Amino acid sequence: MGPILAMVLNHKLKNDENSYGWGPVIMHWLIAFAIIGLYPLGLYIETLDYYDPAYRTVPIWHKSIGIMVAFTLAIRLILRAFNKPPKALPQPAVMQAMAKVAHLLLYLLLLITLVSGYLISTADGRAIELFNTLISIPAPPVAFQNKEDLAGTVHFIVATVLITLAAVHAIAALKHHFIDKDTTLKRMLALREEA
Amino acid sequence: MKAKLIKGLTLASLITASPLYAADYVIDTKGAHASIEFRISHLGTSWLKGRFNTFTGEFSYDAAKPEASSVSVNVDVASFDSNHAERNKHIRGDEFLDVDKHPTASFKSTSFTPNENGGGVMKGMLTLYGTAKEIAIDVEKVGEGKDPWGGYRAGFSGTVAIQPKDFGMNYQLGPAAETVYMDLNIEGIRK
Repeated sequence: MGPILAMVLNHKLKNDENSYGWGPVIMHWLIAFAIIGLYPLGLYIETLDYYDPAYRTVPIWHKSIGIMVAFTLAIRLILRAFNKPPKALPQPAVMQAMAKVAHLLLYLLLLITLVSGYLISTADGRAIELFNTLISIPAPPVAFQNKEDLAGTVHFIVATVLITLAAVHAIAALKHHFIDKDTTLKRMLALREEA
Repeated sequence: MKAKLIKGLTLASLITASPLYAADYVIDTKGAHASIEFRISHLGTSWLKGRFNTFTGEFSYDAAKPEASSVSVNVDVASFDSNHAERNKHIRGDEFLDVDKHPTASFKSTSFTPNENGGGVMKGMLTLYGTAKEIAIDVEKVGEGKDPWGGYRAGFSGTVAIQPKDFGMNYQLGPAAETVYMDLNIEGIRK
């Protein structure tokens, strides 16, 4: 995997004025594939009864992957503060503004989904175990009654809005690629120029 | 007005020879000297315990006339607590207790058959999940007497076995977990 990526990816870790580096690009796609997997996994968990063999494993995967997304997002946002994304490609001002709002919302919805998910599992003060390792994420010190119910409602609604907006985001990327024929999608793949 | 009321009540108690006024108690949920706990088998290997944290109620009891005893309790079903957030969320949800649709459960006694130890069998209607059904609670008297703060208290414990599916909750918790045992403790402060 590593050598293949090294062959196809550009050799810049960081963004510059005109293109994305492979660092932010890899984090973008890791999070993208994670949430595409986590959403149906979450819906599937809701259908499991206590006797299902998957009941002991699938929720742990969902929570553990969610925690890894949270860490990836944290790194991504911190790095973004130091290494701005490239300049936006030319398009009408209205579309430009819509894209900006959509991107901001994607970050915000993802953050709320992650936090609310964490608050469900930790509402009784228990930590979340990362897979079956010894690493665990402790519960926050603040508790209130029926926190898991409120967090659960928020988690479901916001995750649904997030996955819907992500679909719009993907359709918009395809529209840029096939209709506008610009490099929006290609830039996010951080491919080598000659490749 | 007040004197008239007291006179009236005294007269009423004389006529019925039942000192109801002196035998009414408020369940001490404020001081948490009362609890509604449940126990359900986990796979037939152990008891899973939990409780309903929020409820209010009152009862009437007179040691001289125990058959006139009555009790009424309202339970906030959303206060279901099994000490595990994800299980609480699931059991409160629409597959089981469905607390959004059925936020309160209640018990209202219909008759009490005392035994010689101050306890007995308390029959009444339990309304749970929007369904009312008669249940019979085995009651034991724990004690009664003056408290150190100028009041008077009486306390009872009770047990009853209920089947969630009798009330319309059909979620399968497994063959060993079809019966829920309720462990009830009430302490009343005389009004």
